[in-house]
Amino acid sequence: MPARLKDFLQGLLIPIILLVAWEASARAGFFSAAILPAPSAVAAKWWISLLPAQPIDPASQSYVGWMFSGELIQDAISSLYRVLTGFVIGAGLALPLGLLMGARPTIYRLCNPLMQILRPIPPIAYIPLAILWFGLGNPPSVFLISIGAFFPVLMNTIAGVRNVDNIYLLAAANLGAGQWTLFTRVILPATMPYILAGVRIGIGTAFIVVIVSEMIAVNDGLGYRILEAREFMWSDKIIAGMITIGLLGLALDTAVSRLNNHLLRWHRGLDQ
Amino acid sequence: MSQIAIRHVHKSFAAKQREVVALRDIDLDINPGEFVCLLGPSGCGKSTLLNAVAGFSLPSSGEISVDGRRITQPGPDRGMVFQEYALFPWMTVAQNIGFGLEIQKKPADEIAAKVGQLLDMLHLKDFRDRFPKDLSGGMRQRVAIARVLALDSPILLMDEPFGALDALTRRNLQDELLRIWSKSGKTILFVTHSIEESIYLADRIIVMTYRPGTVKRDQRVELPRPRDPSSAEFNELKRELGRLVMEEQQRHAADEMQVAAID
Repeated sequence: MPARLKDFLQGLLIPIILLVAWEASARAGFFSAAILPAPSAVAAKWWISLLPAQPIDPASQSYVGWMFSGELIQDAISSLYRVLTGFVIGAGLALPLGLLMGARPTIYRLCNPLMQILRPIPPIAYIPLAILWFGLGNPPSVFLISIGAFFPVLMNTIAGVRNVDNIYLLAAANLGAGQWTLFTRVILPATMPYILAGVRIGIGTAFIVVIVSEMIAVNDGLGYRILEAREFMWSDKIIAGMITIGLLGLALDTAVSRLNNHLLRWHRGLDQ
Repeated sequence: MSQIAIRHVHKSFAAKQREVVALRDIDLDINPGEFVCLLGPSGCGKSTLLNAVAGFSLPSSGEISVDGRRITQPGPDRGMVFQEYALFPWMTVAQNIGFGLEIQKKPADEIAAKVGQLLDMLHLKDFRDRFPKDLSGGMRQRVAIARVLALDSPILLMDEPFGALDALTRRNLQDELLRIWSKSGKTILFVTHSIEESIYLADRIIVMTYRPGTVKRDQRVELPRPRDPSSAEFNELKRELGRLVMEEQQRHAADEMQVAAID
């Protein structure tokens, strides 16, 4: 048996045992279905929520649109949209600021105290302000997510620029590089491993914040859906939603990790 | 007329509340096409002097000029090869070699032609699109040499470039360097602490003293090339220079013991 297949099967062992035990105890009636439904019921609910709720109506929608009209897919798309928008705004502000703060001691001295005060405030603590400032809907949610993504990217970018090996700067100066070339062709790529580590943490934070923000400010998305399901005591729907959140998070992290491996293919740490 | 003129160069650093005089009153003239080795134990200021010529760290007083122009900053007219290679790990071999020309905004086809020629010259053709992490130390140093040769600078500065390589790779690259030098007529200023390496390569060996760094001996090497490290003349010179370097090495060791005692 190939080693990878063996690893894979080994990794499945404990989840399968747990699922079987769970299913057995649910069928034996150890607890009510409203508290903990059987995994088969969760799977069935998940599948139903994934499928389109209405039959296709060729007059008003395309086939692809219909395929993606299931509630769970719509919610996943809404959540993903908020994560990406918030992340792009947060990281988009953090990257240039981090590069400047790393490269220019004066700017670092000017901005660092403020950043150190703001950084420990959890994005969740901005919820009341976010609602006051932006009302309900996507804007407060995107605002909170961008705060969640901002600091990891900022701190890593600063650390990255400050850790650029001096020998690269000497070599570039020796080859005649001016300030701009030095920055774009040497400092930026040398900082890239740090920036991407920050991006990965930032996406993780953004994903936590999106779920929380959807529980308060909006009326769609995966966070909203599981909170809504609680009101009807639909525990199968809650768990189906949680599993979807897990899968989406895994997909996002895998995508970022793939991007990492491609952008850092030159990096020593990644040779295997 | 000399190409590199080093006049009354003095350099001191502040280190642990005491002033370290790295270079004192260095006066040297290096002629076009000359292969000069700076030889001495660590701490003798040979790398400091090289960095001053490169423009990385200017002298505290005195003056260094190249072709009559005073050096105030680093520049591609004095290509530097570092012991740690200093290749840009995010660039492929070809991109590293072409980077200097790219900075000079040379047209792409001209860069490609020059890079191709250097890849051939240094036997790097099969590694063109590899990243530095995939190369051995010897290969990396070939790329670093190609990168400064691409600049076509009249002067090459080399800071213990073969110090981290095994003996066979080292000899191989020394021969390669001599071949390039004899064809190109470049001036080479080469820092080493290996006595044998300096005799094998140089027209002229500057033996330096341990702190403060001064010129202890300015030795011409008249042996015909290719030089045979097992020949009697080679070894006679090696013994002589070995004695000089050892004196300085002992001062270095005594100094280190003393500093350790104070600490």
